[in-house]
Amino acid sequence: MDLYFPIAEMSLNALMLFGLGAGVGILSGMFGVGGGFLMTPLLIFIGVPPAVAVGTEANQVVAASVSGALAHWRRGNVDIKMGAVILIGGFIGSTFGVGIFTWLRNLGHIDVVIALFYVTFLGIVGVLMVTESVRAWLNSRNPTASRRKLHQHTWMHGLPFKIRFRRSKLYISALMPLSIGIFVGILSAIMGVGGGFIMVPAMIYLLGMPTSVVVGTSLFQIIFVTANVTFLQSVQNQTVDIMLALLLVVGSVIGAQIGTALGAKLRGEQLRALLGLMVLAVGLRVAYDLVAMPSELYSFAVSGGH
Amino acid sequence: MRITLKTALFVSLFALVLTKTTAMVAATALVADLSRDHIKITTSFSGTRLLLFGATEGVGDVVVVVRGPNRREVIRKKERVLGIWINREAVTFEGVPGYYFQASTRPLSQIASKNILAKHRIGTARLVLKPLDGTPPALANDYRSALLRLKQDHSLYSVPSHPIKITGGRLFRVELVFPSNVPTGIYAAEIYLFQNGRPVSISHKTLAVRKAGIEATIFEFAHQHSAIYGIFAILVALFAGWLAGVIFRKV
Repeated sequence: MDLYFPIAEMSLNALMLFGLGAGVGILSGMFGVGGGFLMTPLLIFIGVPPAVAVGTEANQVVAASVSGALAHWRRGNVDIKMGAVILIGGFIGSTFGVGIFTWLRNLGHIDVVIALFYVTFLGIVGVLMVTESVRAWLNSRNPTASRRKLHQHTWMHGLPFKIRFRRSKLYISALMPLSIGIFVGILSAIMGVGGGFIMVPAMIYLLGMPTSVVVGTSLFQIIFVTANVTFLQSVQNQTVDIMLALLLVVGSVIGAQIGTALGAKLRGEQLRALLGLMVLAVGLRVAYDLVAMPSELYSFAVSGGH
Repeated sequence: MRITLKTALFVSLFALVLTKTTAMVAATALVADLSRDHIKITTSFSGTRLLLFGATEGVGDVVVVVRGPNRREVIRKKERVLGIWINREAVTFEGVPGYYFQASTRPLSQIASKNILAKHRIGTARLVLKPLDGTPPALANDYRSALLRLKQDHSLYSVPSHPIKITGGRLFRVELVFPSNVPTGIYAAEIYLFQNGRPVSISHKTLAVRKAGIEATIFEFAHQHSAIYGIFAILVALFAGWLAGVIFRKV
């Protein structure tokens, strides 16, 4: 069944989009990742204009994060104070990011920049996931191997504006969560993702937050950052397709439930390695599209007004 | 679809012939009409076909031109920079029809001289596409042919063809194809009757292409009230996420 999408200005098969949402939903349920960093490139592969894919994905991530964040909220796994500081950074970063996005779009370079961001981050995340799972697998066979220290004192702890974060049991400079928020906010705006795949490791390894509050706090601030991106993309670029976002939400919500159930039954390390390989494959495909000679060198620029 | 088109054609032609014979409109050597005067782009829209049909008096060639609304079009060219293909030079053209369809009974070159065809802008080769001032002519030429090629790839411009058949010495028809990415606006259809290399009769018809139903609402809302649209998009997503949480907590 083909549906016409008013903002993407193209017709796409509704079942295929539902399947896409469900597939990415299963993965995100299984691994507890947002899935935006897989969904956006997949949308681009099926022909959605990259700018629309990014704007629409930001909108979808709002929906995807709400149910997760609510569940963590009920269990008290959200550090609101930490979330708020990161969020201030997130607002600054995402507002700046959408500004860059609009500027690059007018120059005609946004497609390439989106692709470059994806190649970089899918590459890094994919390699990290694969090596991490291989290491975990080796460690499980060799239990005497040394474990790394979780909390270390570094130069970052000497920064000013120290704040006490009771829920996270931390006394650190507000500049650290703020700058992480800014960085992930920029990524969120340009890539149309929540940025959990950067935020979660940054919270654990850079801030030293306890793992119990990491996911809930990350999801909590992602709602607001992606909402800000959705709003600014709507105002500046009109690239948010509500219909497309809703269809993907339905698929991904159902997929996430299946994924959560599956994830509880299956072995962790191999799965993580598999996801890592998939992330790498998507990254390679994006990279290939960047370097391969296009069949048509000329293209229409997005006309400013219709 | 086919049956309704054919019935429409038959009934309309019958009516046309009837009016003509009774009223004896001798001045008009050509009458034509479209099977519909509008196209609605709705949720299920994946392109459509329209029938342009008519009747002529006497011998001659029929040429049909359908133009979408003019717009400004920017064409970019990719070049390899550090191994990556990125957009470099861009050329802007003014007065580019968003859609262009042209068909005739015989190849255009056999129907009229280049000058006459150019005067009426018949055929994509004779479209007047003005590059912005200051564009080097050589560059403009390359980009102009790229523009025509891209439009044809997107099925927005027809490739030169002559599928019109005149049956019974009077009746003709031709099928217009509109892809799913057809631009909205008012389209102008011109139907020419050529005799001895000159247009002896021209009939004008218009066609409105517009988004309709929920698409139109969403599109207009997104472009005219983009801030409210953005807030609405957020609220819908928040509600959908909350609803999903509630539903699956109970399961």
